[in-house]
Amino acid sequence: MSKSNFTRRGLLKTSAVGGAGLAVPTIFTASSASAFTNEPTGDTVTLGFNVPQSGPYADEGADELRAYELAVEHLNGTGADNGMLETFSSKALKGNGILGKKVEYVTGDTQTKSDAARASAKSMIEKDGAVMITGGSSSGVAVAVQALCQEAGVIFMAGLTHSNDTTGKDKKANGFRHFFNSYMSGAALAPVLEKMYGSDRKAYHLTADYNWGYTTEEAIVSSTEAMGWETVNTVKTPLTQTDFSSYIAPVLQSGADVLVLNHYGGNMVNSLTNAVQFGLRDKQVNGKNFEIVVPLYSRLMAKGAGANVKGIFGSTNWHWSLQDDASKAFVKSFGTKYGFPPSQAAHTCYVQALLYADAVERAGTFNPCGVVEALEGFEFDGMGNGPTLYRAEDHQCFKDVLVVKGKENPTSEFDLLEIVEVTPVAQVTYPPDHPQFAGGSLGSCNPGA
Amino acid sequence: MFGLNKKDFTLLLIVAGLTMFAPFLLNPFPEGSAMAQFNAGYPDLMQRFVIFGIFAIGFNILFGLTGYLSFGHAAFLGVGSYAAIWMMKLLTMNVIPAMIMAVIVAGVFALLVGFISLRRSGIYFSILTLAFAQMSYALAYSVLTPITGGETGLQPKMADPRILDAALTEGATPRANLFGLSMTSSYELEVGNWLFTFNAGYYIAAVVMLLAFYLSIRIFRSPFGMMLRAVKSNQQRMNYTGLNSRPYTLAAFVISGMYAGLAGGLMVAMDTQVGPERMFWTASGEVVLMTILGGAGTLIGPVLGAGLIKYMENIISKINSGILHEWFAFLPDGLEDLIVTLIYPFIGKGWHLTLGIVFMLVVIFLPGGLVQGGQKIAAWVRGGKAGSRDKASKSTKPAE
Repeated sequence: MSKSNFTRRGLLKTSAVGGAGLAVPTIFTASSASAFTNEPTGDTVTLGFNVPQSGPYADEGADELRAYELAVEHLNGTGADNGMLETFSSKALKGNGILGKKVEYVTGDTQTKSDAARASAKSMIEKDGAVMITGGSSSGVAVAVQALCQEAGVIFMAGLTHSNDTTGKDKKANGFRHFFNSYMSGAALAPVLEKMYGSDRKAYHLTADYNWGYTTEEAIVSSTEAMGWETVNTVKTPLTQTDFSSYIAPVLQSGADVLVLNHYGGNMVNSLTNAVQFGLRDKQVNGKNFEIVVPLYSRLMAKGAGANVKGIFGSTNWHWSLQDDASKAFVKSFGTKYGFPPSQAAHTCYVQALLYADAVERAGTFNPCGVVEALEGFEFDGMGNGPTLYRAEDHQCFKDVLVVKGKENPTSEFDLLEIVEVTPVAQVTYPPDHPQFAGGSLGSCNPGA
Repeated sequence: MFGLNKKDFTLLLIVAGLTMFAPFLLNPFPEGSAMAQFNAGYPDLMQRFVIFGIFAIGFNILFGLTGYLSFGHAAFLGVGSYAAIWMMKLLTMNVIPAMIMAVIVAGVFALLVGFISLRRSGIYFSILTLAFAQMSYALAYSVLTPITGGETGLQPKMADPRILDAALTEGATPRANLFGLSMTSSYELEVGNWLFTFNAGYYIAAVVMLLAFYLSIRIFRSPFGMMLRAVKSNQQRMNYTGLNSRPYTLAAFVISGMYAGLAGGLMVAMDTQVGPERMFWTASGEVVLMTILGGAGTLIGPVLGAGLIKYMENIISKINSGILHEWFAFLPDGLEDLIVTLIYPFIGKGWHLTLGIVFMLVVIFLPGGLVQGGQKIAAWVRGGKAGSRDKASKSTKPAE
């Protein structure tokens, strides 16, 4: 287990204070034999899949868990096929587990609450001996669990988390994010919006009133203003809001001709539905068609909003209709096992599990410091997003970003989005000290023990 | 001893014994066995047991004695947590100032909320406290983001001032400690296949809980406690005799808020992170459940209730279908699948359902909570006839 950094001075102080009750803990001069937290000594290794199984993002969580189960099958070589292992540019993984140890896993429910997520992650680390924690569908949870893993000395592979903070001001040496972020959404969307809607638009923002909303709003405002748009107003809406009509009504009076909905999940489904029902999209303002933009799109949200998403632009990390070999291989093995295509949450979680396993294999150890070293600056391909870099400075993946549009004539309940443009990675890359990401420091890797 | 009568002292000794030997008691199954799933003797959960025990003990001083049902107690827990984390960010990572500040700030906040809410009683009081708690939650979630960190919450960072601590070495993580003893340091004892973990943080929390428990016994047995019981049985008559009951209820409310603040401070001490959902109304409801499940108005009931709920939340919720299949693997395939399908809704994310059923059973068959269950069993052991007499003579009666 974890060991204190016991100093002589600290011990003296402790014993000085130690009354009857306080004297008890002085026997805890921990000394465990292992080199790092939860070093796997048997012929199995345990990974912790910490996903929301209840609460607002339970759908995403269920899909993430499916992806993890698939990844474990592929890592152990027990699946029907090998999925992305066939297309992955690194060939270190052989389908015999990780470093020859069979992969086992434990699951937990984050409930999309940071307290619950940390409790669940802690029990995985302290009780089940998990050497890596992964998953989650909210930035608050990702930041909280990432900090916990840093303290405990295990690796954290973030699931779906889009806020800049995860690899910005709250970044940690033991944490890694494959998913894209708010800044990338803005940088990818802006050129497409300029091309479609022109460069003299007036935008009105409705923003979910929490951290992810703030960073997304900031990113979209700064990248649209850079191309000449004007931001008329930004309004915060409570996360628990289900009826947005009172927020939609003032939009038309404001003289704006674009509405940006910085909402995710149920929020976005409701606000978009309200906006379309109010007939915003049939209006003409300033001699132009009124338009709506949703910065972060997911298939599960598109499904919730139904026909209302038709023609609405947004960005996404990955979509199952991509035609590269890796995406096709993943969609095929996921579809064979579960009968429907994977969501972007499933994709990022699957990839994260594989990347971790590969890093361990290349490092030749489960030691978090070895894994960090293997992942930092790692360039790979064949994971569905084209050539990708895990940047050493902030542990963020840099890859192409998809700009998508709600499909006008969907052919099935899964075929709701069409890819408008694949924004090349160069366009969404930013320096590590970009103002939207300033204020954090990675620290150094912590192997625990 | 300690100003307690023999019965209360025995109870205190029992609780002390249970908490001190918890690492053994909660780990009855050997490592690697199928039943190891049910072991609860790991530091995080043991800490949660005692911390929520403190929370429930405090809640019981208000609800169990005065009968005032506060539906917003999580607000004090949250406020205490925020106070504690700010002490850790600004002053020192030592847990003592953090805990003291948590109690003080929660007490002041309870004074404010209590001063307003206690003007009403019954359902109106409950709704007022609920409104305050939801207000605190909403404020912490968004408006007060600069000081609460919003949805992401707060954690100690490298760059925090921490004026009393020596500068951290580059790359080190700030850790909560007690004069240099890290809360996370543990001693592991291996006996055969059993692995027992003795965690420093747990023992510190356990000692604090024992003190809190002792204080609660003293309050229960004091003239002040008697006055609070009088409020519960008939406040109107009390008022007619010329007694002003509000100072008593307000004092009980503040004490109970300070207990919640202490629990919040300890939570931060054990796990240095605060998020606003700690103040959400479901968290306030949880402590009500704990108290009723264990037995409102009894001394040990709330602690048992807290333990049961936290156990289910952390253990039952982690059983997944894979584990079920492992357990029933000895059965023929069809039967195995059938049994797994039948049990599946009650485990994993279905732990709420299991908890709901347990709660219903307790309320229907044991209105006095788990404590009443314990009394019934004790009476049954001593022989059926003694049962009714014994029950009537108990000084601790269940709440209505």
